[in-house]
Amino acid sequence: MTTEPLQTPIDRAQGRSRAAVVRDALGVGVAVGLSGFAFGVTSAGAGLSLAQTCALSLLVFTGASQFALVGALGVGGSPAAAVAGALFLGVRNAFYGLRLAQLMRLPRAMRPLAAQWVIDETSAVAMAQPDRSSARLGFAVTGASLYLLWNLTTFLGALGAEALGDPSAWGLDAAGPAVFLALLASMLRGRQETLVAVLAVALALVCLPLLPAGVPVLVSALAAPIVLMLHRRREASP
Amino acid sequence: MTIWIAVAVTALGCYAVKLLGLSVPAGLLDRPLVRRIAALVPVAMLAALTAIQTFGSGQALVVDARAAGLAAAAAALLLRAPFLVVVAVAVAVTAAVRALTG
Repeated sequence: MTTEPLQTPIDRAQGRSRAAVVRDALGVGVAVGLSGFAFGVTSAGAGLSLAQTCALSLLVFTGASQFALVGALGVGGSPAAAVAGALFLGVRNAFYGLRLAQLMRLPRAMRPLAAQWVIDETSAVAMAQPDRSSARLGFAVTGASLYLLWNLTTFLGALGAEALGDPSAWGLDAAGPAVFLALLASMLRGRQETLVAVLAVALALVCLPLLPAGVPVLVSALAAPIVLMLHRRREASP
Repeated sequence: MTIWIAVAVTALGCYAVKLLGLSVPAGLLDRPLVRRIAALVPVAMLAALTAIQTFGSGQALVVDARAAGLAAAAAALLLRAPFLVVVAVAVAVTAAVRALTG
């Protein structure tokens, strides 16, 4: 890597950090974007047409909800229950939006455009940045690269599903959780975050056999207010 | 046709939820408690999604090749591997364990 001699050290530091933001963002965008392949294969395997599969990635564009919807339709669940599960999962994007609005301070006219890209990965990249302009850059680069690749690989996956056979034979069913784990790791900054994560896992695993698909994740979200409440109570006691 | 309706409702609903989050007035977030909850809820949901997609099989809990893949991914994260490597390791180890254990 060459550096231009006329740049001041500060310029170089800022240039490097912008390059680092773009590199991180592309790393996430490309890795997760490629996993659209797993979605395309899964969706075609669940019996959705090529057009329906591509419409989901273009218009829904939030992986967990897409997987939940085609998974439920594939096992013959009622469409209403399948949609409810997908929407439940999508609710977390509202919480990301709350954080992102405060972090990026987008102009009002930009919000309807930016909204479609408010997902786990763009939020995680934006939230990991130290300042507003890096957050905006990280969000935009992750969003654009992920949207393009996710839709392209969805199309290819749905087309190639028949040739590939069972996606789990290729280990592709581990791509989703590995993505979530990597995103989570970047957010575990303190004891409170770790406590919330541990409690959420416990709640999810206890609820999974008992509640309909999509609901355990929502119950797990309660880990956040519970840990905060316990923390406050302990601070209040002498 | 019903599948198309399900696709359309999911698309509209998911977009509305995303836009809602971005559009809530900033004043509502100036409270430290709301800010803290908004920061911690994604942590909870990502942790839960990881667990469910690793150990869930329909409504049953199972430990299968995915658990090995995720353990490998966790090790890769501890070694500060880049994102793409973490995902690739999880996929490769899961496929390998599944192939070996039939």
